[in-house]
Amino acid sequence: MNERKNKGDAVDQPRRLVLKGLAGAMGAAAVGVPILSGMSFSAVAQGAKAPIGNYPAGVSGNTVVAGLTVDLTGPYSAQGEEERNGYELAAEQLNSGAAQIRRISPLTKKGVLGKTLKLQAGDSETKPNSAVQLATRFITNDKAMLVAGSTSSAVAIALENYCNRERTPYMVAISGSTETTGEKCQRYGFRPCWYAYMACKALAPVVAKELGKNRKAAYLIPDYTYGHTTAKQFKDFSAKDGGWTSVSEQVHPLGATDYSSYLINIANSGADTLVVIDYGADSVNSIKQAKEFGILAKMKVVVPYMSSYLANSLGAETMQGVYATTNFWWTMAEDPKYPGAKEFVDAYMKKFGGKRPQDSAFVAYLGMALWADGVERAGSFYPPEVVKALEAGVKREGPTGQVWFRGGDHQAAVNFPIVRGKKPADMRNKDDFFEVIEVVNGESVLPPLELFGCKLGEYV
Amino acid sequence: MPSLSLFLSQMFNGLTAGLLLALISAGLTIIYGTLGVVNFAHGALFVVGAYVGYAVYGTTQSFVLAVAVGALVALVVGLILERGLVRLFYDRPPEDQILVTFGVAIILVEIMRGIFGGVNLSVPSPEWGAGIVHLGSLIYPKYRFETLFISAGTLLVLYLLLYRTKIGLIVRAGIEDSLMVSMLGINVKRAFFIVFGLGAMVAGYAGTIDAPIVTLQPDMGFRVLIDSFVVVVIGGIGSFQGAIVGGIIAGEILSLTAMFDPSYSQVMLFVAMALVLIFRPQGIMGVEGRE
Repeated sequence: MNERKNKGDAVDQPRRLVLKGLAGAMGAAAVGVPILSGMSFSAVAQGAKAPIGNYPAGVSGNTVVAGLTVDLTGPYSAQGEEERNGYELAAEQLNSGAAQIRRISPLTKKGVLGKTLKLQAGDSETKPNSAVQLATRFITNDKAMLVAGSTSSAVAIALENYCNRERTPYMVAISGSTETTGEKCQRYGFRPCWYAYMACKALAPVVAKELGKNRKAAYLIPDYTYGHTTAKQFKDFSAKDGGWTSVSEQVHPLGATDYSSYLINIANSGADTLVVIDYGADSVNSIKQAKEFGILAKMKVVVPYMSSYLANSLGAETMQGVYATTNFWWTMAEDPKYPGAKEFVDAYMKKFGGKRPQDSAFVAYLGMALWADGVERAGSFYPPEVVKALEAGVKREGPTGQVWFRGGDHQAAVNFPIVRGKKPADMRNKDDFFEVIEVVNGESVLPPLELFGCKLGEYV
Repeated sequence: MPSLSLFLSQMFNGLTAGLLLALISAGLTIIYGTLGVVNFAHGALFVVGAYVGYAVYGTTQSFVLAVAVGALVALVVGLILERGLVRLFYDRPPEDQILVTFGVAIILVEIMRGIFGGVNLSVPSPEWGAGIVHLGSLIYPKYRFETLFISAGTLLVLYLLLYRTKIGLIVRAGIEDSLMVSMLGINVKRAFFIVFGLGAMVAGYAGTIDAPIVTLQPDMGFRVLIDSFVVVVIGGIGSFQGAIVGGIIAGEILSLTAMFDPSYSQVMLFVAMALVLIFRPQGIMGVEGRE
């Protein structure tokens, strides 16, 4: 409910800003020559392009700012914290010109186009309205050239919309909804992570084979764009690949804490499989309570779109035998096919006191590195050219192998693992919760370009 | 149509959840009903109790000790708050009281986040609450079943304390006419001090009792605050019995609506609250015209 209302608010925001900008421009005109001549001088230095977004004001010095809209409070705060870590690692490696990040952004020397990358982070509170306020602050006060970060699709869509109006590139972090690079896609928004369609298309045949055909599934669905679109994708693909049917759909508010009445419904539904669309804290709460209601003893659990943090919160006892997709799992570092994964995990553990990275840290790291690569290839921070460079489909080696953005909808073709929860006895260390049963080729599970109705807007 | 066994299961679940909601709201209604202060730090005190309980449970493996220490810490925090801050706001308008207690809530929640982090923490059920119970066709977590009795017992003790003891009498008299009570030679300030501490303690206690049912997250306090408000508005603001009635009604609305369509259960709760506000603004058990 809240999400919907907030989206409306988000639309109002830029209008005010435009007015403010106009007033500012008029003020500058009144002050006259000194300011204007100063601006045109730097514009000439940058190649005489018309100012757009924060260009050229945001790149006139030796530093360039990226604003991070991460969830530091709310049901997705664990993921937000990890995202911030991922961004910090990427910025550190970019600024020092580390070999690891040059795997993704080979033109990087030091910084981004020679400018030191500075991060400003704030709390988006898992609320679209707060996230847009935060982005406004980054773009107007800090002259940010990039806005990055999200865990909720509602937030990601609001930010895409806002940053597009401000002509500032926005790098989604986590967002599972089909709308983000579908119906609500934007010229200035890019999604480096996997999402509902890719996840469900890849997972459905695997679980049909491993768990059997014609299963009866009960769904736990958070009530916003991500929940509805992801549930639909899994229902469609599991019906097609395994003849699975949906017998119960429990749609509940984002951030619910008590799942008892939903779980009683599910226990009475005759289901043999529990499909948890919930993410973050919601998935922790719902699966923990499902176990207490004796449901896990009777049903198999599938999590089509999972934050790998889930296992740390629930423990191996509960997670064993759970099938899921996630965007990254640290044991990929042990596979010689993914040298980038090892470099990423090692660097992350070194920087964050031996802590292993979760998938949200990976997505953040990847997104920022891909943006830096786009800027380097464009040879300029001029936003339309950065966008065009990102759209060019240049293939890079990320920690999970080849990755690039599709020009038509800005969805990344990014590989991701399908995992299964290990038995507690099989764990080699305290973080060894999952076995990677397949690394999905991202390109092979992308939807046809026209499927979700993406229409990218203007460049300028 | 749902089957009879599903209906009975949801009825029972509504009762358990409702009594727990009543327990969670009790601290809010005690403080408002006696001191007239809307304590927006209520949810935060709940969180403090829950996290302290978690830490004690983890180190000592004793759930009873965890509940005791969790409630005690909330009591101490409550007493410090009353003495240091809230006391200065008794004569200020309600919006000032709301602002200052809301500020305190943010500080307390962020302290908990600083110590324990933002990741969800799981609190296992105590040994005597592990496992499941079979109630007809309903499989129910044993600990949830036991909270039915824990909540009911605690609420009864609180009721007796507030309505059958001298301190309760003084406090209730103090809120009607504190000047008169003072003139009778009774230290009203001390009574208020104790009541605020008691309200805080009950919030912390509810936090530790609720902890094994949900997972701990610093922001859970804000949801607790909203739930508590709905409960006390339905039941009657400031009425202790009202909190119990409101809790059970809220629990049943959530459970029974979820039986038909879970996406409407929260909506129906607020619809019920709106109906109460329209047709009986003082709440079901509230007394009209009371400050």
